[in-house]
Amino acid sequence: MVVAMHMSDGLVTAPTAAVFGLIAVIGLAVAVSRARVDLDDRTAPMAGLVTAFVFAVQMINFPILPGASGHLLGGALVAILVGPWVGSLCIAIVLAVQALLFADGGLTALGTNIVNMALVGVFVGYAVALALRGLARRSRAGLVCTAFLAALINTVVAALAFVLEYAIGGAGGASLGTVLALMVGLHVLIGIGEGIITAATVGAVASVRPDLVHLLRGAPTLLHLRRSEDVPERSAS
Amino acid sequence: MSSSATNRRATGFLVGFLLIALLIAGGLSYFASSDPDGLDSVTLSGCQLNADGEPAGGTCIARNAQDPATASSPLADYSVAGSDGTVGLAGVLGVVVTLVVAGGLFWVLRRRGEPSSGDDS
Repeated sequence: MVVAMHMSDGLVTAPTAAVFGLIAVIGLAVAVSRARVDLDDRTAPMAGLVTAFVFAVQMINFPILPGASGHLLGGALVAILVGPWVGSLCIAIVLAVQALLFADGGLTALGTNIVNMALVGVFVGYAVALALRGLARRSRAGLVCTAFLAALINTVVAALAFVLEYAIGGAGGASLGTVLALMVGLHVLIGIGEGIITAATVGAVASVRPDLVHLLRGAPTLLHLRRSEDVPERSAS
Repeated sequence: MSSSATNRRATGFLVGFLLIALLIAGGLSYFASSDPDGLDSVTLSGCQLNADGEPAGGTCIARNAQDPATASSPLADYSVAGSDGTVGLAGVLGVVVTLVVAGGLFWVLRRRGEPSSGDDS
């Protein structure tokens, strides 16, 4: 059973929530304007399905320690599959559906949740994947390793974004040092799970439709990744 | 390979992807851990918890948490109308809603009237 996975209302002060709400709105507005470049008849349906897939997988809390679980955030996953601009919209839509329909995550906390997972998580995951793009394009193993590392790091940095919000305007209840140590420690473990899920998903998509993996676009080694009997040459269509 | 065969393959992949998402949300969700996630573990740290896993004593961040404004939603807490054992149905509905919202937005935002850019964009 899953109950709640994201920040509730009241964990940070109202002004802090408002500031991060504004940052979220600005970030998503930029993402909408930039996402068009990555969306066409072929990639738009894929992006919709990736969003639904992230919603589904976020429901699956996996155990990390006795009494503690973790779940996918999805930043690196969407960034690698559909690019960072579309990807940040994917995660923001998941978070909005969860808050509005499933009472998961507060409405005033939606801004902080979007900043942490849809903006910070996605773009950190994308930055790591971009830095390792040479490796990712060399072989399937390289792509899977890139996906794992990007996901691990996006999870930890998204957790650090919460720590930053708590440092700026936390409502209190625990010392900043305790929050920092616990958030990082737990999210390294969660990040390993996130890395495994991301690597498996990206590897699976790349094995059947490498042309739908944003990170591989324009890769000269793409032909080595695809199986010629599976994927027709684009020029033939 | 012909264009129609290409389209068939593309549709097959997308349908498969959707089925996997539905299976995860509708079936695997029954096996998800009910322990607090990383963030909840941190916000509950320092509090004693009651049988519902809510803070009942001590000092912790979660003491400041307010009930969500959408708590009366028919799908609140990933159940349908609060019924036990409906997490799978709630998950399937969530996948469908998410797909419609995201797919609709991305379809509206997409570049039109241009051939699919393929691998070289």
